[in-house]
Amino acid sequence: MPNYYQPEIECASLDEMRAIQNEKLVKQVKHVYDNVEYYRNLMDEKGVKPEDINSIDDLHKLPFLTKADLRDAYPYGLLATDLKNCVRIQSTSGTTGRRVVAFYTQKDVDLWEECCARAITAVGGTNEDVCQVAYGYGLFTGGPGLNGGSHKVGCLTLPMSSGNTERQIQFMQDLHSTILCCTPSYAAFIGETLKDMGLTPDDIDLKAGIFGAEPWTEEMRRDIEKSLGIKAYDIYGLTETSGPGVSFECEEQTGMHINEDHFLAEIIDPETGEVLPEGSKGELVFTSLDKEAFPLLRYRTRDICVLSRKKCSCGRTLIKMTKPMGRSDDMMIIRGVNVFPSQIETVLLKEGYSPNYLIEVDRERNTDTLDISVELSPEQFTDTVKDLSAKEKDLANAIKTMLGISPKVHLVAPKTITRSEGKAVRVIDRRKLHD
Amino acid sequence: MSVKQISVFIENKKGKLAEATRYIADNNVNMKALSIADTQDFGILRIICEDPKAAEEALKEGGFITTVTDVLAVAISDKPGSLAAILEVLAEANIVVEYTYAFLSAKAGAYMIFRVDDNQSAAAALAGAGIKTANQEDLF
Repeated sequence: MPNYYQPEIECASLDEMRAIQNEKLVKQVKHVYDNVEYYRNLMDEKGVKPEDINSIDDLHKLPFLTKADLRDAYPYGLLATDLKNCVRIQSTSGTTGRRVVAFYTQKDVDLWEECCARAITAVGGTNEDVCQVAYGYGLFTGGPGLNGGSHKVGCLTLPMSSGNTERQIQFMQDLHSTILCCTPSYAAFIGETLKDMGLTPDDIDLKAGIFGAEPWTEEMRRDIEKSLGIKAYDIYGLTETSGPGVSFECEEQTGMHINEDHFLAEIIDPETGEVLPEGSKGELVFTSLDKEAFPLLRYRTRDICVLSRKKCSCGRTLIKMTKPMGRSDDMMIIRGVNVFPSQIETVLLKEGYSPNYLIEVDRERNTDTLDISVELSPEQFTDTVKDLSAKEKDLANAIKTMLGISPKVHLVAPKTITRSEGKAVRVIDRRKLHD
Repeated sequence: MSVKQISVFIENKKGKLAEATRYIADNNVNMKALSIADTQDFGILRIICEDPKAAEEALKEGGFITTVTDVLAVAISDKPGSLAAILEVLAEANIVVEYTYAFLSAKAGAYMIFRVDDNQSAAAALAGAGIKTANQEDLF
């Protein structure tokens, strides 16, 4: 029996959904134009006025926003309401230049949590469930988002945050957790730890897991489902729009339903910006229809995927997106953290290293590994292992400060990192994240 | 008072040491002593040879990362306790020994090479104990 949190929205007819979207979009464009100078200037440059936007068919007339705009406007430039109306800040990890700081009014938080509540309900969550949230809490949206959604559903919520895995499992056993929310790699790690502790899925009561914030494969899904004895569901989101819950999987496990009453989705050609018809593979673009504080219009996610309105057996009519199949930029998601090669390069140069480096990303026992090889310059070489090992450690620490995750740094001889004629190969990702 | 040691950065990969030593050989450098320190990623090849300047230039030309360090060469007699006696003097003088290795000179007999934090103080302390440190020309 399918479970819906807001059936009138989740199972609305296409006409009903269009009507909701049209009305909200017209209002939202006016709100942004009136309150966000940055975007008003973009619209004026394009010669678009709020009056030109009468329905979602006019959406394509609006200018795009990109991460570069977020950087230019940091921190308050895209804020659409007085700070006194805001109650929350969430942020992505990363450097000042790459960091996204998003603001929320109480209504924004409520709607975000409702999105997460839809996701939890879709996996069978009710007020009889114990929902263990093992996403990180804090500026990261994972913990707070699912925590709020769990409250809305009425689950008994265990705000564990990530880490201390044996304790996670102990709580899971003692308090009979039935739903687990965390990153897929952490879910896999919990599964392995369960086994290492001599326990089996029969020793815990978990039935479902909601896993997101990083890419994962069907193979990984099967591993997690087996090791924890659950059904594993994907969830998608980004801090720019709210956080997790922009889209979520239902029992069919064939893509994620987008909460399109809040987030209007488009697929565009990343090269030309042209809107592509349903079923085309391209870059996902979101327009926040309800956000008061940080309403991004036509925000380019850089995630490549496909949208589909094919009828879903769960009964939801919300449009579905595939798992992201890649990126239209060079961002990687490593252990749930957004990483750009340029961030690593910045640290290398600042620490006096050459810009010749190689980033290798892999996944061992379902945990991402990050190895950075960097060429040592003659001036940096000394005759003692102690000094060189200290250099590796210092550089690893500097990168950790920048990214929030620890790399392994390897000093290599000069000119040993392959130079290429054209675009340098700086990154080798061996994780095979996209089936 | 001290001798010149050349250190070469060697990546910890198959064939890298062979590559470096072949290069050294092809440039007609006769290694008299060497030690290798290794970590998971890299090794440091340390060499004592007759003409360190020429050897270093050749290695640099070949794209190797090198550095020259002044190290102490201490004559050591062929009997138990000789090394301990030297180390005791250094310890007594609060000298930190980074590493040490042995070296046999055809001309001058057995030596220990010491890399210490303060060559001058170490040489003075050893001299005070009647232990002689060699210069480059003493060895070859």
